[in-house]
Amino acid sequence: MFQRVRSTLLLAAVLVLCSVLSLFIGVVNFSVSDVLNGNWEALEILVLSRLPRLLAILCTGMGMSVAGLIMQQLCMNKFVSPTTGATISSAQLGILFAFLFMPGSTLWVRAGFAFVSAIAGTWIFVAFIQRIQFKDVVMVPLVGIMFGNVIGGITNYLAYKYEMTQALSSWLVGHFSLVMKGRYELVILVVPLVLAAFLFANHFNIVGMGKDFSKNLGVPYNAVLFLGLTIAAMITASIVVVAGSISYIGLIVPNLVTMFKGDKLRGTLADTALFGALFVLVCDMLGRVVIAPYELPIELIVGILGSLIFIGLLWMRLNGKARIVRKPEGGCRG
Amino acid sequence: MLIQQLTKHYGAKRVVDEVSFEIPKGKVLSLIGPNGAGKSTVMGMISRLVAKDAGLVHFEGKDLAQWNSRDLSKRLAILTQSNNIQMKLTVRELVSFGRFPYSQGRLQEEDRQKVDEALAYMELEVIADQFIDELSGGQRQRAMIAMVIAQDTDYILLDEPTNNLDIYHASNMMKIVRRLCDELGKTVILVLHEINYAAFYSDYICAFVNGRVAQFGTVEDVISKENLSAIYGVDFEIQQVAGRPLSIYY
Repeated sequence: MFQRVRSTLLLAAVLVLCSVLSLFIGVVNFSVSDVLNGNWEALEILVLSRLPRLLAILCTGMGMSVAGLIMQQLCMNKFVSPTTGATISSAQLGILFAFLFMPGSTLWVRAGFAFVSAIAGTWIFVAFIQRIQFKDVVMVPLVGIMFGNVIGGITNYLAYKYEMTQALSSWLVGHFSLVMKGRYELVILVVPLVLAAFLFANHFNIVGMGKDFSKNLGVPYNAVLFLGLTIAAMITASIVVVAGSISYIGLIVPNLVTMFKGDKLRGTLADTALFGALFVLVCDMLGRVVIAPYELPIELIVGILGSLIFIGLLWMRLNGKARIVRKPEGGCRG
Repeated sequence: MLIQQLTKHYGAKRVVDEVSFEIPKGKVLSLIGPNGAGKSTVMGMISRLVAKDAGLVHFEGKDLAQWNSRDLSKRLAILTQSNNIQMKLTVRELVSFGRFPYSQGRLQEEDRQKVDEALAYMELEVIADQFIDELSGGQRQRAMIAMVIAQDTDYILLDEPTNNLDIYHASNMMKIVRRLCDELGKTVILVLHEINYAAFYSDYICAFVNGRVAQFGTVEDVISKENLSAIYGVDFEIQQVAGRPLSIYY
């Protein structure tokens, strides 16, 4: 029993440590004793800025990696993720629509638009790759990236046409510098969504084994596929609305974790969530420290680290057994 | 299980044409025939994986379409060749999926016991904690059968279970099929390409040609020089070996 949860406990401990540490990194310096002595200024910064930022980071890391894990399971392809499955770009298009049609909209209205478009975009992508059966696993994410770029192109065109580029830019490159009390609470939605993913973990696993396999066990394939993709898209959309686009996490974190822990979702979900949160937190701390007192957007740091790990993964999988072509049948296979 | 006037079209082509037969309970039935004769499609329709265009499948008192999918998965199991085996699951985790219709993923004591029994029956205890993507084809096939045993159904349908297996593993698989029937009392329905496996290990044979039932009966009735030549369009010799008809074709 201990063996099985050892990695989870270890990750949780490191995460707590880093979280506490991160509260004391920033432009304004204060120490633990300031907070304990009731220094008003220090408390204010802690509650209004540092804590919200920490929560947003943890939710983002957890959410993006769990969303990626669900998408990879359901699509039977290790390279599908919110980035390579057009979910993020669809959410951005939704935010732009909110700006165009309801200029004075609140964060929650924008989130609503982002939910609808992220879900629609992901469904379209998965329906598309289910129809066309690719011979190579790498084709699926490539098509996803192209599809995402087409949607991104539409977003950019509309933004230029209606002079929205300024307003939109904050959602194109992910960063946490605008996160503070009153502007981030929406991202907490990630928590119930991740819990829902836990509840349906076994269903997702079975659907990931194929259409015939699920039907044999009495699992409604299409319903579970739609449910899972909807959860993943909603998680992604709530993060994009608050922090903007943060790529690669949904791709590399689940891949790294399943490499060690296997594909049984009940066993990997917790580790994936914790490791994702830790990864984003460490990247954010790096971004805040490197050129202090200024900070680099998280997207930049994650992008550099993530693309390196992604190339490594691609290289390993292409040299490994991932090129085996499966018999065409059901599923959104590659 | 009673099949009546079962029909399936793919586009304008009628792949299964008013097929009727009855599946004898507690026996091994093999569906044979040339490629494209419709045997796999029939298998798909009697296991609800493929939607039928017309006809009826009576299963335990009511039409298959009226069955709730979850209840049906406690009575009838099907294994096809298309399952995703790249998944990094252990043998035990895979076999545990067989208990899903009963437990919905939350394994009870009884479920664990059934999983252990299935692993023992297929002699998989030693490799129970290995990942299935690291196993040989024969071991993986045995793990899939163990899952079906854990599913604890009266009917087991296997679509080309000897595909991609060498002679040793293929004949072992057929011996397992025989044991499922003789020791556990299951009704087993197979789609087979290799006629001699069908002749040596099944009780009944149903032969398809062009989407219709060409022959249905006991092994002795169906496996004859004239029948097989008509079904496959190739010359056959039949010899009796170990009390069974062995077909030689060239």
